Amino acid sequence: MLDSILGGVAGGVSLALADPVVAAQAASAPAAAPVVAASQIDSGSTAWMLMSSAMVLLMVPGLALFYGGMVRRKNVLTTMLHAFVAMAIIGLQWVLIGYCLAFGKSIGGFIGWSPEYIAFNGISHDALYGDKRVPELVFAMFQGKFAIITPALIAGAVAERISFRAYVLFILLWSTFVYCPLAHWVWASGGWLFEKGVLDFAGGTVVHIASGVSALALVLLVGNRRDYPDGAIMPNSLVLTLTGAGLLWFGWFGFNAGSAVAVESPVAGYAAVLAFTTTQTAAAAAALVWMLLEWKHTGKPTSLGVASGIVAGLVAITPAAGHVTPMWAIVIGAGGSVVCYLAVQCKARHRKDDSLDAFGVHGVGGMWGAIATGIFCFTPVAGLVNGGGFRQIGLQLLGVGVTVAFAFVMTIIIGTIVNLVVGLRVTDTQERDGLDITIHGERGYHL
Amino acid sequence: MKLIIAIIRPERLQAVQDALQKTLDEGDNYRLTVASVDGHGRAVGEVEYFRGQQVRARMAQKAQITIGVNDAYVEKAIDAIVAAARGSGGGEIGDGKIFVLPLEQCVRIRTGERGGSAI
Repeated sequence: MLDSILGGVAGGVSLALADPVVAAQAASAPAAAPVVAASQIDSGSTAWMLMSSAMVLLMVPGLALFYGGMVRRKNVLTTMLHAFVAMAIIGLQWVLIGYCLAFGKSIGGFIGWSPEYIAFNGISHDALYGDKRVPELVFAMFQGKFAIITPALIAGAVAERISFRAYVLFILLWSTFVYCPLAHWVWASGGWLFEKGVLDFAGGTVVHIASGVSALALVLLVGNRRDYPDGAIMPNSLVLTLTGAGLLWFGWFGFNAGSAVAVESPVAGYAAVLAFTTTQTAAAAAALVWMLLEWKHTGKPTSLGVASGIVAGLVAITPAAGHVTPMWAIVIGAGGSVVCYLAVQCKARHRKDDSLDAFGVHGVGGMWGAIATGIFCFTPVAGLVNGGGFRQIGLQLLGVGVTVAFAFVMTIIIGTIVNLVVGLRVTDTQERDGLDITIHGERGYHL
Repeated sequence: MKLIIAIIRPERLQAVQDALQKTLDEGDNYRLTVASVDGHGRAVGEVEYFRGQQVRARMAQKAQITIGVNDAYVEKAIDAIVAAARGSGGGEIGDGKIFVLPLEQCVRIRTGERGGSAI
């Protein structure tokens, strides 16, 4: 706050008094850009983005608990490891090459490439990101957490039978050839969907539609579990799942409200509190609606229903978080629960073993949220209900269509390649005896 | 009366229950007790790793079914368990074992009735 007042009101001279290093630079080169840039850092935004980055990372163990609780006890470790190993693999991939591909200098709007971004080698710790008033490193780290959680979401669809080796290879390729290009198209300055005006505040298309649709494509390649749909496949601990859902909700405040700086304005602040408020509101509405739907439909308000509703609402509000009012966030969250509930019910009919409903919740909820953004947005453009007509809905549909097609086709290609190289699926005996003991040599629970 | 104790693979439990239901159920729902047990037969337990140390637990996780039957149903129940617990692939080490014990008495706590009709 002090920095920004000094920088804004009195310019470089006041700041030079406050900071001897900058003063020295200013003395030798009064008009040099770094002095101006340093004077523009916003400490509040920077602190909030650092915090947000850590909160988004916390969503990954949250996801591990959420998914881990829903599988049988013989597969609890391998399922949780799918999320944890993404922190290791994508955590490195993003620094080495991912950030360069997603946020490097745009090549025709389709992919980024700035050699100085490789391994963050040319990113100075005191450089700001574009026109934002936060350091580029904090932006890069924040985006890296999104890159980590997105492929981990896919794992839920193919839990209990995908080979660990194949999964590791798959997420590395998928993140590089699906996530990075999509992030570039939608979020990077110069990305073709970004330039067209498609709105995606915190990742409805890039994160949720992409992972959800890819999850479905991967189920088609890997096949159903040997015990699906006839066997009794019961969760080992919904206690873990509820704990995970709680951590996801908490982390999602970083995910959405942190995106205020990343995609919206040069500083956090108004956009961040709006996103924070809509995130809370939509998740609450969705949890309530899922519970009521289930209560009415099956006679029981289940804990897994409430947990699923929370996630459905958070997914739905993600693309809209900083673009809609809290009142419309209620509608978006509630609508998210309705469409996801229907999607999960439909699974019983089409018999595709999307084991933990990655497509049913993230894919379907993401599509609803992306389209709803075009209906209910008021900033930076007016959507349908605010007198903006159908223009933004059309743009959102373009974003959805492109993401669905790209993610689906690319996942089929990558999955087929991985299958040829290492085989996507474990052996029947491994699946029967459980992946924890046969692949990892461990059990989650002993006597 | 006999007491049948069957130790089977946990993943065959559902199939064994279905088979027993077909054989024993006479419209009054057959009775069954199931426990999750650890142990080993001819097959030794899997090798596990804990902080880099190899550990052979000598234990495999199994499901144990306990069921009391009247004499006329003993063979039928055994046949149903054997067929269902083996699965589609045929017999393998680790499929489990069935013990049949004489059952001295059986009491239904609710009514106090005894013997075959209480089973």
